[in-house]
Amino acid sequence: MQFLSYLISGISLGSVYALIALGYTMVYGIAKMLNFAHGDIIMIGSYVIFFAFGSFGMNPILSVILSMVVCTILGVTIERVAYRPLREAPSLAVLITAIGVSYLLQQVAQLLWSANPKSFQSIVTGIGLKPLVLFDGQLTISAEAIVTIIACVIIMVALTAFVNHTVPGHAMLAVSEDRGAAQLMGVNVNGTIALTFAIGSALAAVAGALLCSSYPTLSPTTGAMPGIKAFVAAVFGGIGSIPGAFLGGVLLGVIENLSKAYISTQLSDAIVFLVLIVVLVVKPTGLLGKKINVKV
Amino acid sequence: MSLLEVSNLGIAFGGLQAVSKLDMTIEKGHLYGLIGPNGAGKTTVFNMLTGVYRPTEGNIILDGKDITGKSPEAISKAGIARTFQNIRLFNEMSVLDNVKVGMHNQIQYGLWTGILRLPAYREKEHEMNRRAHSLLKIFDLDGEAELKASQLPYGKQRKLEIARALATNPKLLLLDEPAAGMNPNETEELMQTVRSVRDQFGIAILLIEHDMNFVMGICEEITVLDYGRMIAHGDGKAIRNNPKVIAAYLGGD
Amino acid sequence: MPLSRLKHMKKTTRSNLITFAIVIVFYLVVQILSGAGVTSRSFEGQLVPICAYVMLAISLNLTVGFLGELSLGHAGFMSVGAFSGVLLWTVLGDSVPVYVALPLAFIVGGVVAGIFGVIVGVPVLRLSGDYLAIVTLAFGEIIKNIINACYLGIDENGLHFSMTDATSLGMEPDGKMLINGAMGITGIQKASTFTIGIVLVLITLIVILNMINSRTGRAVMAIRDNEIAAQSVGINLTRYKLTAFVMSAVFAGFAGVLYGLNYSSLVASRFDYNTSIQILVFVVLGGIGSIRGSIIAAALLTVLPEVLRGLQDYRMLIYAIVLIVVMIFNQSPQIVAWRKRIVARFTGKKDEKKGVA
Repeated sequence: MQFLSYLISGISLGSVYALIALGYTMVYGIAKMLNFAHGDIIMIGSYVIFFAFGSFGMNPILSVILSMVVCTILGVTIERVAYRPLREAPSLAVLITAIGVSYLLQQVAQLLWSANPKSFQSIVTGIGLKPLVLFDGQLTISAEAIVTIIACVIIMVALTAFVNHTVPGHAMLAVSEDRGAAQLMGVNVNGTIALTFAIGSALAAVAGALLCSSYPTLSPTTGAMPGIKAFVAAVFGGIGSIPGAFLGGVLLGVIENLSKAYISTQLSDAIVFLVLIVVLVVKPTGLLGKKINVKV
Repeated sequence: MSLLEVSNLGIAFGGLQAVSKLDMTIEKGHLYGLIGPNGAGKTTVFNMLTGVYRPTEGNIILDGKDITGKSPEAISKAGIARTFQNIRLFNEMSVLDNVKVGMHNQIQYGLWTGILRLPAYREKEHEMNRRAHSLLKIFDLDGEAELKASQLPYGKQRKLEIARALATNPKLLLLDEPAAGMNPNETEELMQTVRSVRDQFGIAILLIEHDMNFVMGICEEITVLDYGRMIAHGDGKAIRNNPKVIAAYLGGD
Repeated sequence: MPLSRLKHMKKTTRSNLITFAIVIVFYLVVQILSGAGVTSRSFEGQLVPICAYVMLAISLNLTVGFLGELSLGHAGFMSVGAFSGVLLWTVLGDSVPVYVALPLAFIVGGVVAGIFGVIVGVPVLRLSGDYLAIVTLAFGEIIKNIINACYLGIDENGLHFSMTDATSLGMEPDGKMLINGAMGITGIQKASTFTIGIVLVLITLIVILNMINSRTGRAVMAIRDNEIAAQSVGINLTRYKLTAFVMSAVFAGFAGVLYGLNYSSLVASRFDYNTSIQILVFVVLGGIGSIRGSIIAAALLTVLPEVLRGLQDYRMLIYAIVLIVVMIFNQSPQIVAWRKRIVARFTGKKDEKKGVA
């Protein structure tokens, strides 16, 4: 029974990773860059909810929507100001810029809201949902876990449908396949990349709300580790693949939670990254990724 | 024994058969051309010969040794050097250093010899510089030895790539569109250079080129590819009059 | 004639000699000033850290500027080097003469950092892409967490190790704690001096500059510039990537020992992500691929915050902005073209970039 409870909270944590991983994997697939600042957008989004819902008593759903709007604007602005000028630059330059942006967000948050962790009020209990008690109280599943898993599945399905069945979705596929050719075919490449950042950042806001509801401490570095782990999840599942992000995220969450429970809390992070290294050695394209041939 | 024997060579990407059933023989000291319409699989053949792609069928024998599917590094050591269609120089390094990198496996010394500046370092660096300068002289680049490779004009970049390839001391040199983007004068000059390289180094050269005057002007034997298959083989005259070749180029069936 | 020889030297050799001269002149000036009693106590306290950061910046530049890969865990290599070197130094204590114990501490610190470099580098460097950045970042954080949870003690029964707490070591009452979890190593006999620091900086410079200007260094730079072409001339990618990366880690380890032996206590949280970023800022601001730039940037940025105390709170914020602005200013094609036009307007000729290192 205990195992089942660890497993379910693992899946819930993994669903959050999956949502964050979507942002990484879409941006990586389409803009061919690692958006290091993605995890920190989650943090900013969570602060928005913290103040809107926690301090000003705004409706929990509305405060999540507000957070999505703020994150979308933030994500698109970052892309426009910091990444777009470097679109043709060497990847090392883009990577260093992204680290700069990530660090900038953390430092701004620290100056505005201090490094002291704030205790985040769960938006799920805010809506009034209660934990699910099963087997005469032997197994309790938190409302946060249930909402997280359901939200993740819905978003995943919706996003897959969007990419495969809408015009902007097809544009995204085209740009990720061959940017130059897409441009020649009349696809608005800059617009498509901006849209990708917008979607990824909005999802980051949702992920932040769910993450902080389950793990209710919020500080300027809240987004950093989950962000990196979500990238690991994206690589694990196959970078560029939406179902891969889901699969990788859930597996990684389960691995992390079970190793926390049965091996060691201190080593659980190390184990997560060991997974990354094993994946990179055995199957660098990830579980569902496809091989990319470099043109010679 | 021939220098290079390619038999039944083929490669498929997913379901697409890019090259199939290719047979080719290359003799020491001869000049060969590989031509064909765009997308015929010419560069793919180069990529298989140099280990960038692993063939899905067939064999490549260089000087009696099977090099099929070996790594690019191993194939370079075995004696095949190449240039690239889209120039691949070490852009931030000097022209001289580009050639010296080419000598990586020709003149060797270890990490510590370099760090501690042992006598062998001085000696071998001196030898490298001497050889590199004489290679650069062949291509009229010795005046620009200290410039960064990216600062060279386009035509000279192509020449530097050939010089770098020669620095690996190859038995077979593969040139992928060496005259691309050159004006007629430069092309004429390059023809002379390629010929004299062959004479001077006694190596075999296989080149891909779209400029027919260039190919017909210097190649002793020409292989024509279309849709990944060899459709003709022979000297310039035979190729020029081959109806299959004419049809392939004109797009007829 | 030495002067005419200087003139006829290769550009890189001359540039390297200038770099050495800067370090030596800096050392002499500081010695003269402190002999005259002009320097402040806080400045003198910065001298060893300056040397450590200069070594870190040079070694990170080897990875970023010459190998062309990004490492975000340089503080992690510094940390494992510091802990292993300082640990040995504490264990050896007075039982071994200083001139044996001190070099041994440095060697052990460098070797241990190098081993971790191999562990991180072997699986990751085979792949191209941004994986090294992620894995090194994770490495730095994990090392910090693990050392924070380490308890190591020694008594007459030998060494005791635990990852839970000090009491579970089960030591005899007269036992000595070597590593006490988040409190780290305490009661260190300080051994670092400015002179040791400068000697180490010079060794770092000699080894890394000589490596760069050798067959090995050319292979590393060739891989940076074009992996496919490097392979095509017979260069073993993994081998040379690993050589550069491990060398970079070893010198971070040396710097860690130097840094650790400058204080009476050593805690793992000193070597966190912020420290890695700080070293990266030295490299980026000094110029990626410019060893001399790294030295100057590391020295200035270590001293400046001490001088401008008012900016202390904004230091990391400024670092973040530096990373973004320097990258866009130096690497954006549009801005580079715009800069060239401006330069051309003022000088009437084309801007030519100087050689590096």
